[in-house]
Amino acid sequence: MRKKWSMLGLILVLILSLALSACSNKSAGGKDGDEKAGEKSNAKDTLIYGRGGDSTSLDPITTTEGEAFKVTENIYESLLTYGDEDTTVQPGLAEKWEASDDGLTYTFHLREGVKFHDGTDFNAEAVVKNFDRWMNGDAEKFPYYTMFGGFKKDEGHVIKEIKATDEKTVVFTLKRPQAPFLKNIAMSPFGIASPAAIEKYGDDLRANPVGTGPFKFVEWKANDRIVLEKNEDFWMEGYPKLKQVIFKTIPENSARLNALQTGEIDLMDGLNPSDLSKVEGDKNLQLFKRPSMNVGYVGLTVTRKPLDNKLVRQALNHAVDKKAIIDSFYGGFAEPAKNPMPPSLEGYDDSVEEYPYDVEKAKALLKEAGFPNGFEMELWAMPVARPYMPEGMKVAEVLQASFEKIGVKAKIVTYEWATYLEKASKGEADSFLLGWTGDNGDPDNFIYTLLDKDSIGGNNYTYFSNPEMHDILIEAQTVTDQAKRNELYKKAQAIVHDEAPWIPLVHSTPMMAGMSDIANFIPHPTGTDLFTKVEFK
Amino acid sequence: MLSYTIRRIGMLVPVLLGMTIVVFAIIRAIPGDPAQVILGQRATPEAIQQLTAKLGLDQPIYVQYGSYLMDLITGNLGESIRTGEQISKEMIPYLAATAELTIFAMAIAIIVGVNAGIISAWFQRSWFDYGAMIIALIGISMPIFWLGLMGQWFFSIQLDWLPTTGREEIRNPVDAVTNLYLIDTLINGRFDQFGEVFKHLILPGTALATIPMAIIARITRSSMIEVLNADYIRTARAKGLRMSWVVYRHALKNAVIPILTVIGLQTGLLLGGAILTETIFGWPGLGRYIVEAISYRDYPVIQSGILMIALLFVLVNLVVDLLYAAIDPRIKY
Repeated sequence: MRKKWSMLGLILVLILSLALSACSNKSAGGKDGDEKAGEKSNAKDTLIYGRGGDSTSLDPITTTEGEAFKVTENIYESLLTYGDEDTTVQPGLAEKWEASDDGLTYTFHLREGVKFHDGTDFNAEAVVKNFDRWMNGDAEKFPYYTMFGGFKKDEGHVIKEIKATDEKTVVFTLKRPQAPFLKNIAMSPFGIASPAAIEKYGDDLRANPVGTGPFKFVEWKANDRIVLEKNEDFWMEGYPKLKQVIFKTIPENSARLNALQTGEIDLMDGLNPSDLSKVEGDKNLQLFKRPSMNVGYVGLTVTRKPLDNKLVRQALNHAVDKKAIIDSFYGGFAEPAKNPMPPSLEGYDDSVEEYPYDVEKAKALLKEAGFPNGFEMELWAMPVARPYMPEGMKVAEVLQASFEKIGVKAKIVTYEWATYLEKASKGEADSFLLGWTGDNGDPDNFIYTLLDKDSIGGNNYTYFSNPEMHDILIEAQTVTDQAKRNELYKKAQAIVHDEAPWIPLVHSTPMMAGMSDIANFIPHPTGTDLFTKVEFK
Repeated sequence: MLSYTIRRIGMLVPVLLGMTIVVFAIIRAIPGDPAQVILGQRATPEAIQQLTAKLGLDQPIYVQYGSYLMDLITGNLGESIRTGEQISKEMIPYLAATAELTIFAMAIAIIVGVNAGIISAWFQRSWFDYGAMIIALIGISMPIFWLGLMGQWFFSIQLDWLPTTGREEIRNPVDAVTNLYLIDTLINGRFDQFGEVFKHLILPGTALATIPMAIIARITRSSMIEVLNADYIRTARAKGLRMSWVVYRHALKNAVIPILTVIGLQTGLLLGGAILTETIFGWPGLGRYIVEAISYRDYPVIQSGILMIALLFVLVNLVVDLLYAAIDPRIKY
């Protein structure tokens, strides 16, 4: 027994001395801190980007998740890319391209002297190999490839053939014109991977990405960090500026801001609107505003009574004071929405007249619809924060109060996020909060995806179905003349406005914060940022 | 002692089996279709159907349970639906991160809690006693979430003493060997990093230690008071023995059983309850691994994660029971 206790004592002493060494460490904190700062100032070529979630995959075609693209955008390049600040189509791995007049043939002329990170050459054959891989997969493996109308075996697949006519030329032949084709090609998921790496890793490419982009993959510690380093052979002269980019996962928004304030990270996304003043009040920090390409809305499921009545839906539209919501929950950084797509998109119809906030009008409409005393319904509140809806529950409470004024009793309901989406997609909600961030800056990606009858069961949770609008949207998908397309989308917006399947609420401006010495960082509307030109002053 | 140990370990089998059934059943009771969740907001109905079939989720429940159990017996925890990785491999770093944090927190809780309890008991009704018990009361009632963020604000932002998040200095990463970074830095001979890792442990460790520390202090105090009133202690005191001798040689040994019970229970609770701490401090541990898995309906990961925590809980209790028996021979039954 005696022996046991002396053993225990020994362990205790060991632990105590460990704790004491911590104390001495702590007291030397000041000095340590200086050293750390010193180290930082000569090592200002590493950018640490703090974000809320980890990537699910580093093979961008295998996922639909934004957190994945934030990283892969910097490892891979697509044939085309977007503008620095918008979604106009710009040269990527293809320097030039031509489309035939009938919109059925696209010829891409590839950039010379580009190498993959594994040292192999980028050429036309590599492009063909990548597309072959995708089109022979399925929606489970490569979900975003459905942008091209399905897969090789599918009827609706748009791409008939892809051919490498010589080392640096690729020709795409389509079965039918697809208006957003070039915008789709430029999306992050369609980054071209090294064929040698595809061969070598197979499905494990998701953890071993090899592209041609400005940064090479180094390390991925799940739920912690992803490290990229400069691609010394990058084709763009003098770029990238940074030596390293580290993506660090810190789930809690406030904790992430704390980490930014102490300099543990250099840049963060997902800034709470309520924390804006903290950033503005700190001279070491700067605010970044991401151009708005989203919409937050209240969906009104048109198959459920009494929301199947257009007048009721219009009445609810009149009952909401959007400005008050924006001031309270978005720190003012949002604009009221009147259309299902944001104004930054081509084809946006500014002539649509917003339903003004007018309680009397709303009551009159309800009376006309046969509900002079209002009715009861459920209002679903999002359980998670999204850029377009930072505080779903509170917004729902405000809406509830607004509806109360016209006699509509809304019962607030919420579910865990996955369940919420699933139930809503089955049309089980009377009314629900939701939103959407655009993928490629095309109106099709908003109106068709969210409100067409084809998308019922998919992302059309209101079950809104309008044959006239459907024809318009399908036509807009095939016409390649942009002016004509814009006209068509304006017609569609007029229909949505009149039928009112939604109460469009806001187009928010997502906020980021970073160290004040970060230069040349321009947040992209897609939410996926490229760090090629970023540097520290 | 040996036969007791064997019997005690044998009792684990039905417990573990019961655990697998409960975990399996509870997870199936969560509403929501995993295929829908995995494929996300942009999924097509066909894709959902295909994935459901591939995951075997269209099979009857008992078939699913049977194959799950067979896999477990062969040491195969399955693959994560979300990442496609082997869970047994994927889980190791998370497990190590949680273990390091928990052990550290429990070390703080035990050292401070037991000693505070002893001193309070010895100097019963002194200012120290009242002060310590008030602090303990506050410690128990304080939400970890608030405590953590305040700790960051004060010690990191205001004083710049400690880092706010993570396990290591990101610009100077540790080479993982065992994934227990305190040990890894020593193995690698990187004493500078050892200091950094230690500093990263202090805030989350303390936040996590608060509640068990308070509970341990209170239990130690009351247990000690009881023992200190016993005749043999009075005799020892009367003989003029030093206080430390009386307390640590004679009293603690007899007061230790309830303290040990509480330590065991609290360790188990910490293992599962570190989720909030891990979220606030960006600590890549088991709690977050499971929470992430839940939001993706990653059934195999949730099952394995919860099972792992349950297993650790059971093991901690086993150790406590064996310690009882070692300390107090009357407890062998």
